[in-house]
Amino acid sequence: MNKMLEITGAGIEFNTPKGSFRALRDVNLKIQQGEFVSLIGHSGCGKSTVLNIVAGLLQATEGGVVLNGKEVNEPGPERAVVFQNHSLLPWLSAYENVELAVKQVFKGKKSKAEMKEWIEHNLGLVHMTHAMHKRPDEISGGMKQRVGIARALAMEPYVLLMDEPFGALDALTRAHLQDSLMEIQKDLNNTVIMITHDVDEAVLLSDRIVMMTNGPAATIGEILDVNLERPRNRLELADDPAYNHYRAAVLSFLYEKQKKVDSTTSSAPQANATKKPEPVAAPAIEPAQEPEKKIA
Amino acid sequence: MTIALSNMPWLETVVKIAKGENVGQNIQIILKTLGLPLAGILVFLMIWHAAASNINTSLGQFPGPADVVTQSKNLMNEHVTEREKAEAFYERQEKRNADRVAKDPDYVPKIRPYTGKPTYVDQIGTSLVTVLSGFFLASLIAVPLGIVIGLSSNLYSAFNPIIQIFKPVSPLAWLPLVTMVVSALYVTDDPMVPKSFVTSMITVMLCCLWPTVINTAVGVASISQDLKNVSQVLRLSYMTHVIKIVLPSSVPMMFTGLRLSLSIAWMVLIAAEMLAQNPGLGKFVWDEFQNGSSDSLGRIMVAVITIGLIGFLLDRIMLMIQRYVSWDKSATLR
Repeated sequence: MNKMLEITGAGIEFNTPKGSFRALRDVNLKIQQGEFVSLIGHSGCGKSTVLNIVAGLLQATEGGVVLNGKEVNEPGPERAVVFQNHSLLPWLSAYENVELAVKQVFKGKKSKAEMKEWIEHNLGLVHMTHAMHKRPDEISGGMKQRVGIARALAMEPYVLLMDEPFGALDALTRAHLQDSLMEIQKDLNNTVIMITHDVDEAVLLSDRIVMMTNGPAATIGEILDVNLERPRNRLELADDPAYNHYRAAVLSFLYEKQKKVDSTTSSAPQANATKKPEPVAAPAIEPAQEPEKKIA
Repeated sequence: MTIALSNMPWLETVVKIAKGENVGQNIQIILKTLGLPLAGILVFLMIWHAAASNINTSLGQFPGPADVVTQSKNLMNEHVTEREKAEAFYERQEKRNADRVAKDPDYVPKIRPYTGKPTYVDQIGTSLVTVLSGFFLASLIAVPLGIVIGLSSNLYSAFNPIIQIFKPVSPLAWLPLVTMVVSALYVTDDPMVPKSFVTSMITVMLCCLWPTVINTAVGVASISQDLKNVSQVLRLSYMTHVIKIVLPSSVPMMFTGLRLSLSIAWMVLIAAEMLAQNPGLGKFVWDEFQNGSSDSLGRIMVAVITIGLIGFLLDRIMLMIQRYVSWDKSATLR
């Protein structure tokens, strides 16, 4: 019984003024300690809903989540969340933001000096020691997200939940943070569930990629095991046939099997297609990402 | 210092000119920030002067700017004379007491307070004390109430009709009720503060509660879902949630409410004092009106301008406090 996180038959129905709306049905997933799982799918397919159910911010209508043998029914620091738009308290410095979490989780367990050391240690993990007394409005978007990650790590969670953590960042900053995250993951061996829109991010970071079908009533479509050796290097992988095979598998799921038909998003693959013939200087990652960002 | 300067942009520019930075450009800025308001005031004074000389009442001509200046000088002189009288009164009393103790060592000297009428400055003081205590009392109730109903949409729905009904009620409607209740409940032989003060204060409080309650509640209710999620994931307790997340993020709205409340409090106070006979500016206006001398209108006009200036000053002070308390120093506050 080393399965540590089990999502069993989870489904959710929202009550809307127009009647009930079924967002998710029958989601089953078992995640082991130390595993890095990505959730990928088109916008509005319920990825965030799955994450919020695991976080306890939403209650599943049927089925549920069991973490280390205990049912999840409310949010808690053992399932720390890294939010898409960092969600730092703007009136507190980076240090104080992490401190709020640490004081809450380790009240009575760590002494003042130990807490200080622990806060600084976590800010060090994300390379934020130099700016730890700056407030969120004084640092860049990437740095804010780093602090958000430090805050989540500082709670010493069983599971780290990341909701499109790098979605709002530019490509370079994103690559930088992905490398940082891989490094941290290697050291701490955290269990991570990450939502992403980005095929390359999913393949580069994950042990498994969970691909979701389109909503309403979305569920898990396919699960892809990514057996690439760690540590992974994005430059070496760019020419790796196995890596490209995984990429192709995810892309074909998203753009062939689960092609979006409604007007707003169907233009995305086309935009992608028109872009391809041009000689693109950017690495192969870019064309696949661009339309995705527009959808988001 | 920076706070004081930021209230008066032209002063900053003067400092810059003194330092020799961009003299020509800065003089232009001064002409604009200082010259235009001054021109506006000047035009107003001219129109006022012209209009006043054409209005004749049974108490003589309507006071123009010159009358106001004369009357404010008179009021200041009366204040100074009254103070001198009071001092002389206490001096005489002390001397008498000393003499009496010298004759009869068993005598315990008594000091009787001076009973002259309150001067204009005393009346301003009374008004300020009354309005600030009423406003303080109101804030003490309104801010916590606003936070509690802002946090729960059910409580908000429950309280909202009551707030909406009481919000537009005039102080004049409250006053008779408050007067009777205060007379019935505030019964002591040796009152710490006069009844008229308590009545005015409570009336002010009842009228200026609502903007703070509403704005605080709206501010609290509009905290971003992200921050609420953070609080939930951290399992912050109700009090920690309020102190660490709710209060800082609702400060701007709360202060909008407080400033509205304070300006309402000041407006209400004058009416309340008129009727409750609390010895403040409202009573001054009423007494002058009843007095009906040829100076009265001029003196009332002095009071009108004083009321306006003090109201403006109170708002500026609140703005300064807001700047000090608010975490977001980059936000423009006006």
